[in-house]
Amino acid sequence: MRRARHLQVAVLAAVLTVSMAGCGKDKKNSGSGKKVSLKAGSTMEKLNKAGKVTVGVKFDQPGFGQKDPSSGKVAGFDVEIAKIIAGEMGIPEKSIEFVESVSANREPFITEGKVDMVVATYTINDKRKALISFAGPYYVAGQDIMVKKGNPKAIKAVADLNGKKVCSVEGSTSEKNVKAKAPQATVTLFKTYTECAEDLRNDKVDAVSTDNVILIGLIDKAKDDFELVGDKFTDEPYGIGVKKDDTDFRNFVNDVLEKIYKDGRWKKAYTDTVGKFVKEAPEPPAVVRY
Amino acid sequence: MTAVLYDVAGPRTQRRVLIGSVISGVVFAILVVIALLRFNAKGQFDANHWEWMKQGGTWRFFANGMLLTVRAALTGMVFAMTVGALLALARLSRLKPLRWLATAYIEIFRALPVLLLILFGYLALPRLGIDVSPFVALVLGLTLYNGAVLAEIFRAGILSLDRGQSEAAYSIGLTYSQAMRLVVVPQAFRRMIPSLISQLVTLLKDTSYGYIVTYEELLRRGKANADFDSHWLISSYLVVLLAYVAVNFTLSRVAQRLEVRQRKRYGAGSIQAGTEDLAVLAAAGEAKVSTT
Amino acid sequence: MNAVFDHLGDYANGWFTTIQLAVLSFLFAMAIGLLIAAMRVSPFQPARVVGTAYVDVFRNSPLPVLTLLFWFGLPKLDIGISRFITAMIVLSLYTGAFLGETIRSGINSVAVGQSEAARSIGLTFTQNLRLVILPQALRTVVQPIGNIWIALVKNTAVASFIAVPELIYRTSQINTAESQPVPILIGAAVGYLLLTLPSGAVLSAIERRVAIKR
Repeated sequence: MRRARHLQVAVLAAVLTVSMAGCGKDKKNSGSGKKVSLKAGSTMEKLNKAGKVTVGVKFDQPGFGQKDPSSGKVAGFDVEIAKIIAGEMGIPEKSIEFVESVSANREPFITEGKVDMVVATYTINDKRKALISFAGPYYVAGQDIMVKKGNPKAIKAVADLNGKKVCSVEGSTSEKNVKAKAPQATVTLFKTYTECAEDLRNDKVDAVSTDNVILIGLIDKAKDDFELVGDKFTDEPYGIGVKKDDTDFRNFVNDVLEKIYKDGRWKKAYTDTVGKFVKEAPEPPAVVRY
Repeated sequence: MTAVLYDVAGPRTQRRVLIGSVISGVVFAILVVIALLRFNAKGQFDANHWEWMKQGGTWRFFANGMLLTVRAALTGMVFAMTVGALLALARLSRLKPLRWLATAYIEIFRALPVLLLILFGYLALPRLGIDVSPFVALVLGLTLYNGAVLAEIFRAGILSLDRGQSEAAYSIGLTYSQAMRLVVVPQAFRRMIPSLISQLVTLLKDTSYGYIVTYEELLRRGKANADFDSHWLISSYLVVLLAYVAVNFTLSRVAQRLEVRQRKRYGAGSIQAGTEDLAVLAAAGEAKVSTT
Repeated sequence: MNAVFDHLGDYANGWFTTIQLAVLSFLFAMAIGLLIAAMRVSPFQPARVVGTAYVDVFRNSPLPVLTLLFWFGLPKLDIGISRFITAMIVLSLYTGAFLGETIRSGINSVAVGQSEAARSIGLTFTQNLRLVILPQALRTVVQPIGNIWIALVKNTAVASFIAVPELIYRTSQINTAESQPVPILIGAAVGYLLLTLPSGAVLSAIERRVAIKR
């Protein structure tokens, strides 16, 4: 009886230890960065004092925000931009916590303060501006269409999607644009684009539509399976999402962007990431201050 | 019982059985070969579909995913047991409103899908001002649901105890709560262990719903690997499936052994409650026969 | 609250799809369950082995993993089927494993004398099973089978992972449009309760009527 009781206590202790053991992993070391002069009382100063920042990025978009399972680290253009901005706040790379923010989560994460900023192929539009504010844009993509190699369904432009099966992601502008420009298309929604691509490969849908850079990233590792068709039919300016009405922070980020447009860091970030499959670096877009 | 359903096979039947076995074996093998050939035709056996396995870092990535899975399941189990215990006691209490509330909770939450509860934690709670990480949303969903299921298991466990036990406790002067605490609950708890382990298996399986709330458990990590290179999708998910089956199978066997041992020791009635894993265990209990 | 009432049609669509998925899957699962149970008690060694392996694999696999594997994997075997059918197959295979085990236990719980009597009047294995044993076995395991049915109704939620427009998928879409998770999710909860609570009540009634008086 006594032995059994001891055993139960031991098991309970082991269980609790394992449960709590993981907890420690989530904390990032708050290192002290270099000293920078930041406006008193601003978000930047608070983050600098805290010595860490939380950034929402995508984990599954090649070239912009993708987690590499073999290293467990996220990499991409968005990630690089976030690192630069953090650096300008005096926060070192190792103190940045990257959180996965899928399309539908981007606004809630900002409004609830779960992240300090979102750099996640985040298209600027007025509807979103009602909830959060944007700095940038730092890149302009455009929505396009991806089909199976050889284009068996002869899709040439967005209007051809009518009557066809298209896949996109829940809560994205891509979904809305397709529904607007091809109202007779049957739209399937997944949570991520890789699932859409897989459906395309299996002939469950006829096309996948989203921003061209994302599509190109998907095609990059599967050149024999997919191809891009048509021209981009929308403009998707990517911005950095921050809390609404945090004008100081917005201005700060815009200042940083303009700085790196000039000093070559933007171009380097591009070449190291997206540039690997879209060779030509475009001109950085002018930031819009509002 | 099985030996009673049919006569012991004579030589002719044995020959028939042999022929039947060989034929079905061959048919099965043919189907498998066809499947493999088609798989190959789609290039699924090409190196580029499996090469992630050479990367040690990726295996570590998956191993950590398994750890996170286990962590979510165990945490959920601990909280669910607490909630379940409280609910069970509430249901057995003398106070009618308490009994009623507990019963209402149990009836409602047992009837809802775990996924819905997890989504509620993930999407709705932040709106109500409560900040939740994916882990918390997942564990919350698991707790709310399994708490209700475990409450029923606890109650059934307590009720399955011979009434003589509590009668004896009262007859030596213990109060209701003393009787529960010192006599009934400890014995009931021991009987419930196989069911608890079965429920842990269910919890482990349900953590894969964390996929939807971006918690980095094993399935989500399988997906991350598939996202990195879409050729790796099938192989990644297969590995994930094997991992789950291996872990759950081991746990299930442990639960089965314990159930059999208990039946021999206590000759107890089975505990009828809740989810399908338990339904099977309960049905097996009814059968008064050791598993084949 | 308007968010919920404006979309009652969408909710209803999802609800009916859930019902269809659950009912069809259950029917197939019963068929599979009976087959598996028969295999596991049969004289054929290979049948027993395959039956046991089947049960061990499917009972221990998480539904989400199975669903994703089947949806993305079957096309690689040149099997092209719709999302709904894929979900139905996965749910049937999964639930069938549990039903198989339950029915097997039911078979084992029928008194040995029944089988001996059946054999003594010359019934074969199949006749024995079909005419004597199973009718009694199934009446014993009504409650576990009912619980499995309820679990199946809830498990249909996993079909949302592959974009089957059942209740959870539709609810998610409504939320994307309206962004009012609290009432919208409660609406979905009500939808499920409308299915599971009555099922529980009907189940108890059936069990009472069908119970074998020992």
